[in-house]
Amino acid sequence: MAVELDVFVGNTTIMDEEVYQLWLDGYTVNDAVKVRMVSEGMEEYEASAEVVMSDTMDQYRTFQMCERLLHNPTKLANQLLFQIPPHRQAMLIERYYTFDDVFVREVLGKKLSKGTKKDLDDVSSKTGITLKSCRRQFDNFKRVFKVVEELKGPLVENIRQNFILSDKLARDYAAIVFFANNRFETGKRKLQYLTFQDFAFCAGQLIKNWTVGAVDNMVEDMDVDLDKEFLQDLKELKILITDKDLLDQHKSLVCTALRGKTKVYTEMETNFKNLSRGLVNIAAKLTNTKDVRDFFIDLVEKFIEPCRSDRWASADMRLYLTHYTNSAHLLDTFKYQVVWDRYMGVIKSCIFKMYPQMSTFSTPLSGIIDQRFVHVKRDFGPLGRLSIFL
Amino acid sequence: MPGKLKAKIVAGRHLPVMDRASDLTDAFVEVKFGNTTFKTDVYPKCLNPQWNSEWFKFEVDDEDLQDEPLQITVLDHDTYSANDAIGKVYIDIDPLLCSEAASVISGWFPIYDTIHGIRGEINVLVKVDLFNDLNRFRQSSCGVKFFCTTSIPLCYRAAMVHGFVEELVVNEDPEYQWIDRIRTPRASNEARQRLISLMSGELQRKIGLKVLEMGGNAVVGYLQCFDLEGESGIVVRAIGTACTLDKLSAGANANAYTHPNTAPASNACNSPSKDSKEPVFSEDPPTALGPLTPLRVLPSSSPPPFSSSKPCSRQSSSSDTDLSLTPKMGMGSGGSVGKEAGPLKMLLRQQTQTALEQREFPFFTLTCFPPGFLVHVGGVVSARSVKLLDRIHNPDEPETRDAWWEEIRQEIKSHAKALGCHAVVGYSESTSICEEVCILSAAGTAAILNPRYMREGCLDIGSGDHRFDEPSPPSCGFCHIPYDELNMPFPAQLTYCYQCRRQKVPDVLFTTIDLPTEAAVSGKGCLIQARLCRLKKKAQGEVNATSISNLLPFMEYELHTQLMNKLKLRSMNALFGLRIQISIGENMLLGLASATGVYLSALPTPGGIQIAGKASGDLSNEQHVLSIQKRINDAMAKNKEMYHINPPELSEEAAGSPIPEPKQRSRLFRSQSESSDELSELDLSHGKKDAFVLEIDDTDAVEDIHSLLTDAPPPAGFYSCNTEVMPGVYNWTSGLQMFTSVRVLRLSNANLTNQSLNKIFTDMCENLLKSLYFKLRSMIPCCLCHVNFTVAVPEDELIQVAVTAVAMSFDKEPILEKLGDRAVFKGAGENEDQLQFPMELCAESASVAISNLTAKFTVSSSERCSPLPEGRSRSLRSTRSSGGGGGGTAVTVVKMTPLSFLPGTRLIKYLGIINMFFIRETTSLREEGGVSGFLHTFIAEVFAMVRAHVAALGGNAVVSYSMKECVFMENPNKNQAQCLINVSGDAVVFVRDTDQEATPTLIHTSCGGTDGPT
Repeated sequence: MAVELDVFVGNTTIMDEEVYQLWLDGYTVNDAVKVRMVSEGMEEYEASAEVVMSDTMDQYRTFQMCERLLHNPTKLANQLLFQIPPHRQAMLIERYYTFDDVFVREVLGKKLSKGTKKDLDDVSSKTGITLKSCRRQFDNFKRVFKVVEELKGPLVENIRQNFILSDKLARDYAAIVFFANNRFETGKRKLQYLTFQDFAFCAGQLIKNWTVGAVDNMVEDMDVDLDKEFLQDLKELKILITDKDLLDQHKSLVCTALRGKTKVYTEMETNFKNLSRGLVNIAAKLTNTKDVRDFFIDLVEKFIEPCRSDRWASADMRLYLTHYTNSAHLLDTFKYQVVWDRYMGVIKSCIFKMYPQMSTFSTPLSGIIDQRFVHVKRDFGPLGRLSIFL
Repeated sequence: MPGKLKAKIVAGRHLPVMDRASDLTDAFVEVKFGNTTFKTDVYPKCLNPQWNSEWFKFEVDDEDLQDEPLQITVLDHDTYSANDAIGKVYIDIDPLLCSEAASVISGWFPIYDTIHGIRGEINVLVKVDLFNDLNRFRQSSCGVKFFCTTSIPLCYRAAMVHGFVEELVVNEDPEYQWIDRIRTPRASNEARQRLISLMSGELQRKIGLKVLEMGGNAVVGYLQCFDLEGESGIVVRAIGTACTLDKLSAGANANAYTHPNTAPASNACNSPSKDSKEPVFSEDPPTALGPLTPLRVLPSSSPPPFSSSKPCSRQSSSSDTDLSLTPKMGMGSGGSVGKEAGPLKMLLRQQTQTALEQREFPFFTLTCFPPGFLVHVGGVVSARSVKLLDRIHNPDEPETRDAWWEEIRQEIKSHAKALGCHAVVGYSESTSICEEVCILSAAGTAAILNPRYMREGCLDIGSGDHRFDEPSPPSCGFCHIPYDELNMPFPAQLTYCYQCRRQKVPDVLFTTIDLPTEAAVSGKGCLIQARLCRLKKKAQGEVNATSISNLLPFMEYELHTQLMNKLKLRSMNALFGLRIQISIGENMLLGLASATGVYLSALPTPGGIQIAGKASGDLSNEQHVLSIQKRINDAMAKNKEMYHINPPELSEEAAGSPIPEPKQRSRLFRSQSESSDELSELDLSHGKKDAFVLEIDDTDAVEDIHSLLTDAPPPAGFYSCNTEVMPGVYNWTSGLQMFTSVRVLRLSNANLTNQSLNKIFTDMCENLLKSLYFKLRSMIPCCLCHVNFTVAVPEDELIQVAVTAVAMSFDKEPILEKLGDRAVFKGAGENEDQLQFPMELCAESASVAISNLTAKFTVSSSERCSPLPEGRSRSLRSTRSSGGGGGGTAVTVVKMTPLSFLPGTRLIKYLGIINMFFIRETTSLREEGGVSGFLHTFIAEVFAMVRAHVAALGGNAVVSYSMKECVFMENPNKNQAQCLINVSGDAVVFVRDTDQEATPTLIHTSCGGTDGPT
């Protein structure tokens, strides 16, 4: 006796959110059934494995049929095949495009190419996310990237309109697209402590202030490419470190302002020139694509690490950067105030975001990752992602 | 007289990529009607083309308008080779031919290809200018309204119920023509789709003509079926109930309805059927043809057909065997009877004869009736006949098929007569075909009707209300036996009615109709199914037909026994909506009976079930018997509690005489049964025990008892029924989910016994139900209504079960739960809404009352459907949005339900019948997700196409939806599968009860001065 065929079709398409999540997470039908059988509330319906299996198969089929539409979410709203209430449509799309932060950290800034896709099995075994789910997430990044690449207008808005995503998710995708386009290096060991959200915030700052779109909002790629003119202008900031007078003047202004206000005054005073050179050199080199890629690693190496090794507290760092930025305005011979502000505004907020809390920074990096694993496993019950995949 | 059909092709969207090189499509459209074809320009290199064509005009006969569909083909232009077809849309023009229905068809239609399924959508506008046709010899019947709904449609009033109409047309099946060997599967499928569309158009037109001839203007309970007879052709047949309907204005003074003819008419018809229990039906004088021997109308090669009629009734059934297609209605005027001229003429005629007397077949496909219509119910009458199919040589004279049905109907008629009834209600016909053997089945409920409903003007309500105050209280009147107590057609246990104590009632009542609104029930109802498999030897031709004939009575008998046992186990005493399906396969017969069991307060409390062992003093055996007895008793007690069955305690004194003990003393012999007539099976009462006795004397009986106890009750919070409404549940919310589920089981074991097969089949049905409950668990508390199972044996060793039903959630608060008496319920309704009463009196089933009563809805904003204004403006919006191609227009939500109503809403307009037939075929089964993936997609596509058509008509729901055919064939080795689906329903516009203000502008005023204030 074999069930040859078993289908259930509702006029309103029935979709169970729990099963949808299992599907998105790349569970096979059999694994999904195992998970469902032990989840709560199943005894009430005296659901036998057979019944759950039948239901899971149906739902998986429905999702597979929907997937084509989810690739083009605007179609979902006016397609006729499935009658899905609008709020459910929104849920389907949002969940489909939701990604795992652990996963995105692995591919953030990488070229969204076939080569990267081939390496996804490594990412999968490293993160414990099923290969199927990795592929979906990767393809989502790529799809969004392709669609918005050639569109005019603001990036976030384009993503939101073309993929009908929530504002938050659209912003995250904008960050991913931005990182992929500029190929920012995020995978280095030194950057491992940063979460995707940290980078997303930075991306938001860069998009808002440093791209072409910051000055002109009707050009192609306005939010994806950095403003070339601005990058050229940044070279002029070099004067702050090459001109000895200016450098000393700047230092004394900052020192005067900070004296007695910070516990790390001496360290600051000794390190001022180093730090300033670091930041200004970053600015000056941004015309090179290679150096743009190293932007974040540079920030960490040239600024964050020195401060950390001197045990600056966040507050110290904030105070320092604020005064460092503002003091430049008081320099009579420094004429690039506008560029300076545009540059330092972003640097400040990026560093504020990236500057680690005391405890995080002292924890070994592997520790951070392990904690995440534990977190992932707890979320998904007795059958962790890792075990499924292996 | 011609009409002018106009079509405009606006735009397309989501077209498939037809040119791999450019990833684009050069699309153009062919619009074809009859033999005329127009083309749009090619819209190059675009997946969202904007044709914005001119109006293509077709000048055609209205006859063609009725028969032909508008055929729209989307193609990809190819300079060097033949143009590739993308897909087609068939649009049925019929709804535009009726002034009260839709005026324009406008919207996005899925472009459908029989091989690839839906491939994009096309926006089309269609209009019809129809010239008034006064030709009395016309062949068309434009304007006759068709309803699938088996009750008087909610926004209409039945001025007159004329009676049975039937028709069938036959043709060769294109799939079996010689040309099929050389054409592509696509061409063959399309030829079939088109042919069936044409045939149903023709059928509908012919039925319409008959209705006009009878003086009616509508067909209610229209049931159209296809018989794919393979080599011998396609038969499309339909039955229905001709009525004269008046549109109700939902407006205020519905109470003031007074038909000019009311008074004289009501005097004229002092219902003769009322007081005397004599059957009032008198037949047409029999022609001198003698007893109808079925052999005579059969091809000589066929065996003596199985006939289920009882010997005694055989003689009486041999009435008019003229076999003419038109029922003799005694209405001389063949032309259209104008509504103005009609009443007077007819009144004269009616004063001299009972309306039913002229009817060849006093059958009604309705299952719900206006209160007062149904006087008494006799019981289920059914007839089956096994026939050998042969090629239909001349499609224009489908005499054989007509004769077959004629014969069956005669049998039904005589059965009804034997039950002392003059009419059959809830009548339906069906077939099951396997190779060249065909079982024709017909079933209905014998009943006595109030004849005044068959007369013009008598059905009016309002001032004439008092006429309903007949001696028997309406709430139990229908239970009273129609036959003569002293001369019963079969021995039944009669008692005095538990409600009125004046008339006799039977101990159990089986019917094919819905529970009458006025019926008093205790507790809730439940779905009861009897399932049965019988193996048979493979055989050919006559031998095969004979063996099937021989098996049939046993199957019917066993199904009946199962039903009876299960009914008793649930402590219930009546079945409604009984539907028995017997399906033939090569090597087995499947029987499935579904019904809704209820406890009718008017009928006696069912006795228990007693288990009797063999007489031997075997101790272990006795203990076994005892344990089974205990389990049965426990099950009964549990069921009583579960279905809230607390019949009102009647003091014995109140009855005047001691309540006759419910002495159902049937002991069931399995050895013999000479008849399949439902009620005659009670003929087996015997013994002295009060309870229903099951004797365990053979394995069969053990199996029976087991199957009795293995039926799992639905999980808490779920109820199920196969009727329109669930007795005992009134407070529906608007939560609604219609679904279709199909399962096919492959029997792996070649050496199956009847018992193991039965178990497999029963488990299959039970598991399917369990799956449904699980799927729909989020809707709890919820009731599966109108659960419609169809079984088939598509191939050797395959069993297919398809279910269509609607899950409706209700409010848990048991506001009305304890009201066993509907009278109280009605009283409550009165305060609620003054309008409800007139409507209910003339046309309503319980639904309006119910929906009005539950003013408290839990309407989640997301679930809310677009109210009417949105639905109407849709076409405008979609045309506008087509500029954007993939623009963000939301698609109109179209609700679908197999019921005739939507809870919490009012239907304000019927837009016409939806009757669609699709074929889907694949040669890449694996790639489409196997058989399940293939069928899943196809069913979803069928739903989508139904919704699109309804939306294009300006509607927002389909009521009385049913999937009448789902033929699935596969050949996994060749990676192929094919499926045919036929669906039907009524497209409607509804408004939420809360949106009262939206209605007045859209409601048509009732026609013909009937609503003049007097």
